[in-house]
Amino acid sequence: MAAPIVELCDVNKWFGAFHVLKDITLEVAKGEKVVVCGPSGSGKSTMIRCINRLEEHQSGRIVVDGVELADDIKAIDAVRRRVGMVFQSFNLFPHLTVLENLTLAPVRVAGMAPRDAEATAMALLERVRIPEQAGKFPGQLSGGQQQRVAIARALCLKPAVMLFDEPTSALDPEMVGEVLDVMSGLAAEGMTMICVTHEMGFARAVADTMVFMDEGRIVEIAPPARFFDHPANERTKRFLGKIIGH
Amino acid sequence: MTGGRASIWGSTRFRGLVYQVLVVAVVVALGGWLVHNTLVNLEVRGIATGFGFLEREAGFGISENLISYTPADSYARALTVGLLNTLVVSAIGIVLATLLGTVLGVARLSGNWLVGRLASVYVEAVRNVPLLLQLFVWYGVLTALPGARQALHPLPGLYLSNRGLVIPSLDWSQGWLPVLEIPSLVGFNFVGGLTLSPEFAALLAGLTIYTAAFIAEIVRAGILAVPKGQTEAALSLGLSPGQILRLVVLPQALRVIVPPLTSQYLNICKNSPLAIAIGYPDLVAVSNTAINQTGQAVEGVTVVMVVFLALSLALSGLMNWYNKRVALVSR
Repeated sequence: MAAPIVELCDVNKWFGAFHVLKDITLEVAKGEKVVVCGPSGSGKSTMIRCINRLEEHQSGRIVVDGVELADDIKAIDAVRRRVGMVFQSFNLFPHLTVLENLTLAPVRVAGMAPRDAEATAMALLERVRIPEQAGKFPGQLSGGQQQRVAIARALCLKPAVMLFDEPTSALDPEMVGEVLDVMSGLAAEGMTMICVTHEMGFARAVADTMVFMDEGRIVEIAPPARFFDHPANERTKRFLGKIIGH
Repeated sequence: MTGGRASIWGSTRFRGLVYQVLVVAVVVALGGWLVHNTLVNLEVRGIATGFGFLEREAGFGISENLISYTPADSYARALTVGLLNTLVVSAIGIVLATLLGTVLGVARLSGNWLVGRLASVYVEAVRNVPLLLQLFVWYGVLTALPGARQALHPLPGLYLSNRGLVIPSLDWSQGWLPVLEIPSLVGFNFVGGLTLSPEFAALLAGLTIYTAAFIAEIVRAGILAVPKGQTEAALSLGLSPGQILRLVVLPQALRVIVPPLTSQYLNICKNSPLAIAIGYPDLVAVSNTAINQTGQAVEGVTVVMVVFLALSLALSGLMNWYNKRVALVSR
């Protein structure tokens, strides 16, 4: 494998006295799809939020695309431009149209000409299959449509890595599929993806690597076939038994 | 009808109608009694009613006038001068208080401890002291300044003395484009620029500084009402903190800010008559003089009431229109 595009090395983080991430070490190669799962409160979201510095880690190293995240605005900006993020609650900007949501960062951050940014945005909306909604406001879309717009928005700066923080957890069951389809398409195009999700069908089909976390630690890292059929760790077995059992 | 005797009293609609008729009767009776009482008392004192006095010569001077005015002008013109003074101080006060209040509201949420604390101290100190007292302070400060020749000169083109505040002005008489006129001290007085009287400057400072403290709290609440996920999404797109505030947070905070902001704008207008305490000739001050001279209290007060009512309704109409425009579109 080539040099990792995301590298976490002995990362520790505390929320006050609470030790939320314990000695996290993880390497993600270019084009690799990593699915992170685990019980709530296990630190999954916190870990991926550290990768674009929405959370600050207190010890250890995080290197993204050759840039180490430290208390340095330039490094943080550089990493954020290379990393796209999709949130559980979409977080679209409700006062801007769909198209404006997509062109905001290219124009304001990357200095792209508005016309070029719009062309890129429209191409991305085609890709997530909602070009006809470009002029609407987020509040006029369904949850599934909003999340697809959010994915398109995260792709606007042509990121090297995409982070997904439980992207389908806030959706009605019937809308989960359309979002997962878009994510699978993205995976097929070779995007490097780190997804926190409990969609095990998606994980089995798309993931190269499964990561299981519990109480702030990475308990198990394995390819999906081995992870689902022969988990090594007791805790993983219990977790999988609970979520796949029904 | 099935269950028992149908009583007209059982009808909620009929009862509602009866109550409404009663309320109207009480209001009309009360109004009629007040009007009758006023007319009788005016007649006893030999005061003629009506707005005829507005055409008569006012006979008193007004220290500040935006339109030409001499004591030989009519009461109507005197009141217009007062109204314009009210409008000017309110309008400028609204603009300045909004700017200062927004800066303070943002500052109070600043990650910088010192900036946040300073803004908090400002807000708590200013909004807990009566405005009238603050006006006396500003007037005291402004009139205790040195004379023109020793005027404070903190910035180029800005002079502070006991004659008031002299600022650069725009001269429109030179052609299409205005020319900036920088005042300068020549001999015993200032040449060029615009001179704001100590009374006007004190009232403007008082209204601005006092109302900005309230606006700061409104802005702060508005910003806090924007979900944290909005900032996170903007951060993850690489926007800078300043861009996030300007492009993402403030536009959304507006829908929470605008309704209470309207009340603060109305408050600036309605607090402007405190001008009378420091001798700025606003509408209320002028109409007071007019009432004292003519005895036409009912008419004078009516004029002031109607003007303030119209002003307030126009302002809140404008703000409601704006609020509708910034409202978020949803299904």
